[in-house]
Amino acid sequence: MKITVNGLRAAFGDHEVVKGIDLAIPSRQITAIIGPSGCGKSTFLRCLNRMHELVPGASRAGQVRLDDTDIYADDVDPVLVRRWVGMVFQKPNPFPSMSIKDNVVAGLRLTHRYDRKDAPGVIERALRQAALWDEVKDKLNEPGTSLSGGQQQRLCIARALAVNPDVILLDEPCSALDPIATARIEELLLEIRRDYTMVIVTHNMGQAQRVAEHTAFFLQGELVEFDTTAALFGQPRDPRTADYIAGRFG
Amino acid sequence: MRRPIDLTATRPGVFAERAFVWLCRLGAAIPLTMLAWLLYRVAAAGVHRLSWSFLTDPPSQLDAGAAGLGPALLGTLWLIVLTATIALPIGIGAAIYLEEYSRRSKLAGVLELAIANLAGVPSIVYGMLGLGLFVHALAMGETVIAGALTLALLILPIIITSSREALRTVKDGLREAALGLGATRWQCTRQVVLPMALPGILTGAILAIARAIGETAPLVVVGAVAFILYGPDGVDAKYTALPMQIFQWTSNPKRAFLDNAAAGILVLMMTLLVINGVAIWLRNRYQARRS
Amino acid sequence: MTAPPVGRTALHAPTAGRAARWYERLIELGLAGCGMTSIVVTIGIVVILAHESKDFFAHVSLGEFLGSTKWTPIIGGRPSYGVWPLLSATLTTSAIALAVAIPLGLLAAIYLSEYAAPRTRRVIKPALELLAGVPTIVFGYFAITTLTPALRDYIPGLAGGNLLSAGLMMGIMIVPLVASLSEDAIYAVPQSLREAAAGLGGGPFEAIRRVIVPSAWSGIAAAITLAASRAIGETMIVAIAAGNEARFGFDPRQPGQTATAYIVDISKGETPHGSVAYQTIFAVAAMLFVMTLIMNVISHRLSRRLRAAARA
Repeated sequence: MKITVNGLRAAFGDHEVVKGIDLAIPSRQITAIIGPSGCGKSTFLRCLNRMHELVPGASRAGQVRLDDTDIYADDVDPVLVRRWVGMVFQKPNPFPSMSIKDNVVAGLRLTHRYDRKDAPGVIERALRQAALWDEVKDKLNEPGTSLSGGQQQRLCIARALAVNPDVILLDEPCSALDPIATARIEELLLEIRRDYTMVIVTHNMGQAQRVAEHTAFFLQGELVEFDTTAALFGQPRDPRTADYIAGRFG
Repeated sequence: MRRPIDLTATRPGVFAERAFVWLCRLGAAIPLTMLAWLLYRVAAAGVHRLSWSFLTDPPSQLDAGAAGLGPALLGTLWLIVLTATIALPIGIGAAIYLEEYSRRSKLAGVLELAIANLAGVPSIVYGMLGLGLFVHALAMGETVIAGALTLALLILPIIITSSREALRTVKDGLREAALGLGATRWQCTRQVVLPMALPGILTGAILAIARAIGETAPLVVVGAVAFILYGPDGVDAKYTALPMQIFQWTSNPKRAFLDNAAAGILVLMMTLLVINGVAIWLRNRYQARRS
Repeated sequence: MTAPPVGRTALHAPTAGRAARWYERLIELGLAGCGMTSIVVTIGIVVILAHESKDFFAHVSLGEFLGSTKWTPIIGGRPSYGVWPLLSATLTTSAIALAVAIPLGLLAAIYLSEYAAPRTRRVIKPALELLAGVPTIVFGYFAITTLTPALRDYIPGLAGGNLLSAGLMMGIMIVPLVASLSEDAIYAVPQSLREAAAGLGGGPFEAIRRVIVPSAWSGIAAAITLAASRAIGETMIVAIAAGNEARFGFDPRQPGQTATAYIVDISKGETPHGSVAYQTIFAVAAMLFVMTLIMNVISHRLSRRLRAAARA
């Protein structure tokens, strides 16, 4: 197990959004988290890389172990956690002040690991993994924002890959994209899954079925069911899961 | 292939980060320390000169101990009244025009450009305008009305901008409601928009006047006198003003006159403090009433 | 065409339709007139400066004005009209002021927007606004009575009136302007970029250096050019503390007279209309106006670029 979550609670001020979750995320696989809006899946995700605490007034309780270390232990540097657990956001957010190639290595620059000699190799490898290399290899110096939405998101994925994290968290990465761009990203996730542990929050059940080996169903801040994707969708054990899958609520 | 994860290591750049935060703190601390030092020195040098007679006596070129701010304070008072009378109607009128009558038209764009430009013109250039236009071309001479007109033009962009902001806080829904009931644009403005925006407009106006009170350079150019024994007795009178008197005393190397300058500065700053306090009180009451 | 009364708040108006329309039209024209004053004043400044300085430039060539380094326009004998002494003093004091105000203002802005706790912000922001509200003559007083004597202990050869004290004081005065505009620019950087930087494992300092400040750059540059314009146009601090000698030089320990200080110096005396003194101050003012206009236009363009980028 790559990430083990024990009794995780998270709140914004007085409003508790994640109400005690125990979950084990398997290593080098894709785990999907599905559930209706407001069920706490994004907040849960952000607790896995200590981004939740950046919101003023946010609080959290419980344990999250990455390999053997509790990331919330007192002597842990939250910034280091995010070096090992990367994130791709819902809306693509390439840095507008940087070119495409600078965007890719931005993470290395931000963590003092940029090496000018290695850079071209790192850039090409990351862009190939993100299935973007062929489209941008002749315009690496153009601004990152000159790409289409789907390309920008793949650029953000390349950026996350370039720092070589162990885990990649994806928060509804395709919800702002058209179906073709979505398909390309799902394809690349499948290609790279053996190298990274990935957790993907999605409101698209089809996506969960297409890419994830395991799926967790969240409802109102609680974990209702967690199983292999085939089992969760084929024979859900909890009636609430079955209802959600059948589209009786959303 | 992967190193074991160590989340407790000291990451590179931590020390640079700590040093940087301290540097940033200095960025705020240094100017504020200078401010505190300045206020202390002014108070230490000038507080002993504060007295009722200091506020009312005429100045003296020979005896610093007998010199007072009487004519200067009267001059400033005249300037405040005249400047406000001239600048407020025009400034608020311009703001109303831009916000209520002419939003987004090409004319509005040109006016906005002109206003933005005027806001950046140095105050001494306004003095030059006053000198060439009011003092000489319109033959007003070096009188308090010429000074007031100059200051009025100086603060006009400020009043227009702050009044526009106050007008913008009135929601468009209210305007639509009034117009939908058959009100004309002016009725809507005068009876619906203005009453709601008035506190904000007043706050902005008060702050603009406060700015005018402290201006020295335009008054020097436009002919405020350095030494006069009486306050103005009419709009066509010669005059002096508080900052002018302070400048006069600062130019005198004798320590006693410098202390007078410090005392004058104390009077000026306290006046500004009161005025700003009133403006902020007004703004807070206004915000409390709205919410 | 009567305005129908609405409940108790009857909207009053002259009830005859035609009179009502005329009334409205008149008011609109009046308000438009108020608006037009801004254009009138702008034109007025340009016209007055041009008109009153044309006599000067009729008998002083632009070449001498901009070429000579001797400014002695009001002596008998051979007056000299090279504006460079005034320009060198203006540039020196402005450069010193910017060297102080830009780092301090930018660092203060970063502190306020990225590091300061809300409680600290609530104290420091109003304090900086207080600094911004201090009349410049107060800074002039402080520069000559306290700052110059204090600096004398550390800088040998510091004259009584010197460009350094005036420049330093101007810098402190301008800090709130730089801080406030830079803070606006930094605030306009979208939260999504900060999240992206954090998500990659960047600490606050790295994020500021690599993402936030570069993204806010055009707004910060607008703040800097506006500060430069303010420094060039500043009068009282230099009039009091820089000494009143129009000499060409860039040594901050020496006295100097900026363009603005020269105008004040002459205006303190008699300047009958049309005299040489009168002409010179308008010529100098015209030069000043052009310089600040250029800086203001650049600043405006840069802040428009910031707003366009923020919308994208």
